[in-house]
Amino acid sequence: MLTPAVAPIEAKKKEWSPYTDNGGTTLAIAGPDYAIVAADTRLSNGYSISCRDVTKLAQLTQHCVIGTAGMQADRAVFHKLLRTRVDYFKYKYGKTITPTALAQMIANILYGHRFFPYYCFNVVGGLDAQGHGVVFSYDAVGSYQALPYATTGSGAQLLEPLLDSHIAQRNRTQKNPPMSKDEAIAFVKNAMASVSERDIHTGDFLEIAVITREGTQIITREADGVERIKLGFD
Amino acid sequence: MDAPITRTLEPINTGTSVVGITYKDGVLIASDTLVSYGSLSRFRSIQRLVSIGPCLIGASGDYSDFQHITDLLTQKVDEASFHQDGFQYTAPELFEYLCRVMYERRSKVNPYWNRVVMAGSKQGKPFLGCVDLYGTHYASPTVATGYGEQLAQPILRKEWHPDMSLEEAHALLEKCMRVLLYRDCYTINKVQFARIGLDGQTTIEPPAPLTGTRWEAPLTITLP
Repeated sequence: MLTPAVAPIEAKKKEWSPYTDNGGTTLAIAGPDYAIVAADTRLSNGYSISCRDVTKLAQLTQHCVIGTAGMQADRAVFHKLLRTRVDYFKYKYGKTITPTALAQMIANILYGHRFFPYYCFNVVGGLDAQGHGVVFSYDAVGSYQALPYATTGSGAQLLEPLLDSHIAQRNRTQKNPPMSKDEAIAFVKNAMASVSERDIHTGDFLEIAVITREGTQIITREADGVERIKLGFD
Repeated sequence: MDAPITRTLEPINTGTSVVGITYKDGVLIASDTLVSYGSLSRFRSIQRLVSIGPCLIGASGDYSDFQHITDLLTQKVDEASFHQDGFQYTAPELFEYLCRVMYERRSKVNPYWNRVVMAGSKQGKPFLGCVDLYGTHYASPTVATGYGEQLAQPILRKEWHPDMSLEEAHALLEKCMRVLLYRDCYTINKVQFARIGLDGQTTIEPPAPLTGTRWEAPLTITLP
């Protein structure tokens, strides 16, 4: 007897995805004696703007800030987890975790969720033992790399070539010296304003965390220690 | 035989938009009283705004899930009151709890199919928050769920200001509910307002039809 050669067609099961992308762009720059981590504050839901003022940054230690694009619910939980891990490290070892060690820990935590990942695209900025700026960039499952600059999120494709051209300057016949802290802050404002012109998921406000050696070195205009700048038009 | 895995694949009995704004002396939220079964207007007089302890909540999405969320929050509030030590959760604390519950369920790939609006106050200031089935959450002076996010939120953002009186807030939400009544199919002209003052006093108004709607044939209308 012949059996049918075609496999029986199974009814396609409905599946709901537990992931959503709330957009947003992060940017981090490592300077000779500073690091900058910046992000916009827009919370997108498809084509809607759910909220114009939701932070993507979290200050984890005095000299380390993380910026996270991707899914807001995962980010909130991830940042909360990192804060407890930073505290726990201090209780256990009696000293604050260094940005470099924290960077490895973040990778381990992300990889620990390899089979149900946090939909988080992180950049981390801080200062190393010598006081030089360091920046780390991640994917959702914990691949990470130390870089002179990094960007993640919905506007990363627009930002990356701008950073290549202005910071790495690989194809310039006349190279500019590395940016000073203030030059870098001005550059970040311009760069993020440019991204917000073309990426609909990026905009509203810009938050910039500037990390330098002295104390809690973050530019302060508001109580939370993060400068907030209006992007684009009202 | 193992029991089949059961999870919500789609919402069944659903409520549509909830809109809310903060004003000078508290928070005002509004919704209609319809619970739809697909495109059938199945239950036409159901209160979708509920007062629980220090807060007011309202939700769009699956109504049975909303009832269950209401139970969970009530349990939380009651549990605290049983100690009789005077401790009470504040609205932001309950909101934090709700966010964790919503996120936990999304992480089990079995979400509560809602967008919940929570209103209350913290330290003498109005609090208005919103959380969805992914656990996405934010606090904002204007909030709108469902079609309200597309149709009402732009109006609210344009016309809201922090020192609004209750009358101004009421008029603004009425305007939004009227727009939603005209354009969202799953609405009914029976709208309910609820407010919570900075002192935690809640007032849930009885449902009433919106006034000022016009349904004449277009030719007979003279636009202003």
